[in-house]
Amino acid sequence: MTQINRLGGGLVNQGQTLSFTFNGKQMQGHPGDTLASALLANGQLLVGRSFKYHRPRGIFTAGSEEPNALVHLRSGAHQEPNTRATVAELFDGLTATSQNHRGSLEFDLMATTDLLAPFLSAGFYYKTFMWPRAFWEKLYEPAIRMSAGLGRLSMQEDPDTYDKGYLHCDLLVIGAGPAGLGAALAAARSGARVILADEDFAPGGRLNAETLEIDGMAGRDWAGATIAELAAMDNVRLMTRTTVYGAYDHGTYGALERCTDHLANSGGKPRQILWRIYSKRAVLAAGATERPIAFGNNDRPGIMLAGAVRTYVNRYGVTPGQRMAVFTNNDDGWRTAADLAAKGVEVCAIIDTRDAPAVCDVPGARHIRNAGVVNTVGRKALRAITLTDGQVIPCDGLAVSGGWNPNVHLTCHQRGRPEWNEAISAFVPAGDLPPGMAVAGAANGALTLGAALEQGRNVANAQIEDLGFTPSRDTPPRAEDEPHTGAPVWHIAASTKRAWLDLQNDVTVKDVKQSYREGFRSVEHMKRYTTLGMATDQGKTANIPALAIMAECTGKTIPETGTTMFRPPYTPVPLGALAGRARGREFRPYRLTPSHEWAKANGATFVEVGNWLRAQWFVRPGEKGWRDSVDREALQTRQTVGICDVTTLGKIDVQGRDAAAFLNKIYANGFAKLAVGRVRYGIMLREDGICYDDGTTARMSENHYVMTTTTANAVLVYRRMEFARQCLWPDMDVHLISTTDGWAQFAVAGPNSRKLLQKVVDPDHDLSNEGFPFMACGEVTVCGGTPARLFRISFSGEMAFEIAVPARYGNAMMGVLMEAGREFNAVPYGTEALGVMRIEKGHAAGNELDGRTTAYNLGLGRMVSSAKDCIGNTLSRRPEMNLPDAVKLVGFRPVDRTKKLIAGAHFISEGKEATMANDEGWISSVAYSPTLGHSIGLGFIKSGDTRIGEVVRAVSPVHKTEMRVEIVSPHFIDPEGERLRG
Amino acid sequence: MIINHPLLGPRDAAEFVYLGDAALIDRPDWQAKDAAEQFHAYGYLRDNPAGIHQELWYHEQGDRSWLVVTRDTLTHEITDVQIARDVARSRGRSA
Repeated sequence: MTQINRLGGGLVNQGQTLSFTFNGKQMQGHPGDTLASALLANGQLLVGRSFKYHRPRGIFTAGSEEPNALVHLRSGAHQEPNTRATVAELFDGLTATSQNHRGSLEFDLMATTDLLAPFLSAGFYYKTFMWPRAFWEKLYEPAIRMSAGLGRLSMQEDPDTYDKGYLHCDLLVIGAGPAGLGAALAAARSGARVILADEDFAPGGRLNAETLEIDGMAGRDWAGATIAELAAMDNVRLMTRTTVYGAYDHGTYGALERCTDHLANSGGKPRQILWRIYSKRAVLAAGATERPIAFGNNDRPGIMLAGAVRTYVNRYGVTPGQRMAVFTNNDDGWRTAADLAAKGVEVCAIIDTRDAPAVCDVPGARHIRNAGVVNTVGRKALRAITLTDGQVIPCDGLAVSGGWNPNVHLTCHQRGRPEWNEAISAFVPAGDLPPGMAVAGAANGALTLGAALEQGRNVANAQIEDLGFTPSRDTPPRAEDEPHTGAPVWHIAASTKRAWLDLQNDVTVKDVKQSYREGFRSVEHMKRYTTLGMATDQGKTANIPALAIMAECTGKTIPETGTTMFRPPYTPVPLGALAGRARGREFRPYRLTPSHEWAKANGATFVEVGNWLRAQWFVRPGEKGWRDSVDREALQTRQTVGICDVTTLGKIDVQGRDAAAFLNKIYANGFAKLAVGRVRYGIMLREDGICYDDGTTARMSENHYVMTTTTANAVLVYRRMEFARQCLWPDMDVHLISTTDGWAQFAVAGPNSRKLLQKVVDPDHDLSNEGFPFMACGEVTVCGGTPARLFRISFSGEMAFEIAVPARYGNAMMGVLMEAGREFNAVPYGTEALGVMRIEKGHAAGNELDGRTTAYNLGLGRMVSSAKDCIGNTLSRRPEMNLPDAVKLVGFRPVDRTKKLIAGAHFISEGKEATMANDEGWISSVAYSPTLGHSIGLGFIKSGDTRIGEVVRAVSPVHKTEMRVEIVSPHFIDPEGERLRG
Repeated sequence: MIINHPLLGPRDAAEFVYLGDAALIDRPDWQAKDAAEQFHAYGYLRDNPAGIHQELWYHEQGDRSWLVVTRDTLTHEITDVQIARDVARSRGRSA
């Protein structure tokens, strides 16, 4: 028998044995155990080293509030650090290792830190590692990080999957202890849709840990029967292993369900599910957390909260020690002694801080009144305790009870502040709860069983009556109220040794007192100065005792001193669960262009443009780098004909009797007089007069326009137009629909573009320069009757068309165009060649419309019509935005043509120093022009339009380079526009 | 948050895009004498109340209605939701 501390009974199945390892050591446990209960059963009291001082630590609690027993669970890529052993369900083959030590757990080389403790008190890091400043990054921080800390990441990709889910209910009951079960039962019997969520794998809450009775049966049996009844009801969803971690607006709750954490292998199923629960009402029945009493060396393995000891004894059939002592300031601690004795464990002493008679008879135990523990001995496991009167009591386990704190966390998530309840010396929820929430049971300060049951039922009934349900008339469950009085004692003042408050962040009573002395007296300052309550347990066992000690220092009451607020999450939520399926390629949705398959089959390299994957260039055999491909595509397009999928540009269908008037409001330039069958380039402004977007809009018929936007702004422009239509001009007869996805559109550019299209467009359509001139548009058919739209517009500067077909024909259309273009040596081109050609032509794009530039800056000032209102018109006329020396869009080329321009470089006049004061503008776009054989750029420089031919310096402090550049026209090729009109 | 859409009922706030103060409906007259000052105030000056706030939300993942939502910025309580077009008409933007 290796399980030296295993007793009989409990909720574990001792008929079946599970094997697991801790630090490589083989151990046994049973189904129903947690890792913590199994470690205790095997006599493994030492489970980790503390964060700062590397003190040996054991298991302190039996629940999610655990500050100490954090382990690495599983191995390899599945390894998870900082897992609380107290909530990790045991399974066969589980492997766990301890954290934060160098060398073995027993002989941690870093334990010497503890000897330096006198120098390492609160604020030590802030005060000590200040100088020299340069040492912080290189020396101090790495050293501190190595010596302090918690678990290690596996540094491998998380192999598990995580899901997200959405649920709706009338009543959400948080916690399946007596109050929660009573609430869920009452609501469910009335017919309401109920979700009952509990973080434990065995619902029942404290009923599983206590020996109390309900309706004459054991509490845990009543819980079992109630859960069975709830599970059989169609209107109830019972969610175990599910932590409701946050209360959000309007009855929305966040919950984390651990689906496969209790299995050796997830079997391909999601490991955890992050639920969003929409509730009409909620009952918070989250129970209470026991708090410790601080005394000298109160952190040794073997010292445990008294309620946790009962959990181990009654639920798991495990005792933390063979010779136990109990230290309490209240009646509740006595039940621990009684339950231990009932299981045959030796209880040597009950030390009560009160001068009061025994609460119950505990065979064999000495009752020591009006006393306290001042010190303990036993480095890796408790050996004895010293009392205030100096007597030493040998024992290997000490149960400590300082009273219970209601778990008010979720009541604070929407600015609620709990209030102090003198009767139980604890904070309880005040009236300012999240809307729709009510609190019942221990979470509400009803710390006894009878009161919790009754309150759960009454609160649930009031909640569902509010929703129009009639409460059921069944007989409510009844239980006695156990004795629970106590007198608050927060720490034993006679202790001269360090007394720990926050076990996870290694904060002591002395640290809190020092914080007071140094002026950090508000609770929020004290927390940040000492780091108390800021570890992964968020100070569930530490906050209130620390607050009490600060209150002692200040001479104020606890409520006057303050309370700590709680924010979500209640317990840690893995980042993997928050990410869900949004990882890697699925990080966000992505969209494929209609010709994606054709492009993939023809050597395309893709680039993300917003959500779209677009062909960036097409590699041909023998090409050594991207420039080879891009140069070829641009040259071949200019020489003969190129084809590019431009579907991603936004397309907005604008229809209605007021369509023309509406476009006049949206665009800075006029569209009302645009002839049917013609296209016009337009610019949109923001209301502050800055350029927003540009594109072409075609008038298909009197009351029908087709607008294009840039790819990046497709959604935003449409949103703005809906705003203008609904909110600014609500009675214009105009309707908008986004058709970006509806049409596959291709640019066909180059001298042979017309000849190519004449082979594809059905012959009854005249594509001659007279029949279909530059900036013409119309509806045509292609390939023998397929509907299409044709636009004669050009981004490249060549004679060019854009042809649109219903999106489902897009991939086929790309093939048809390429096949028809074979005799002309047509080339597919990607976004890079597109960019090269638009820079050669001097067309503005996103780099120029960067949210800082006006139409005036872009050389398009005259497009802003003064004869009509439009968005941005008034403010674009502000004098400061129209100064004579404003920057203007012009072209640039290096004086030494072999040099490469750098985008982002700033212009300085020759002979002037390169300072911000002498800054005259910047280069916005650069490309290598294969047509010209050198680097070219577009950019903005003060009064640029009047400085053509001048040479300035382009300085890039980032690249530590500068070069002389010549200001030129932005139209590097065909400045007269003869090609595109040809 | 849940926004009670006047046409579609309660919808999750994630379906909406937030714009800001509903005063953006009251776009000034470009031909007013002090149009520049009015547009400056319209474009740049906002109240930032800790309390009741009327604001514009766009049901982008839904029916594309712009809504005027009355929300308490401290508690997120929503007390009124209207179709922005109706609000715009009631504020005299029909002309």
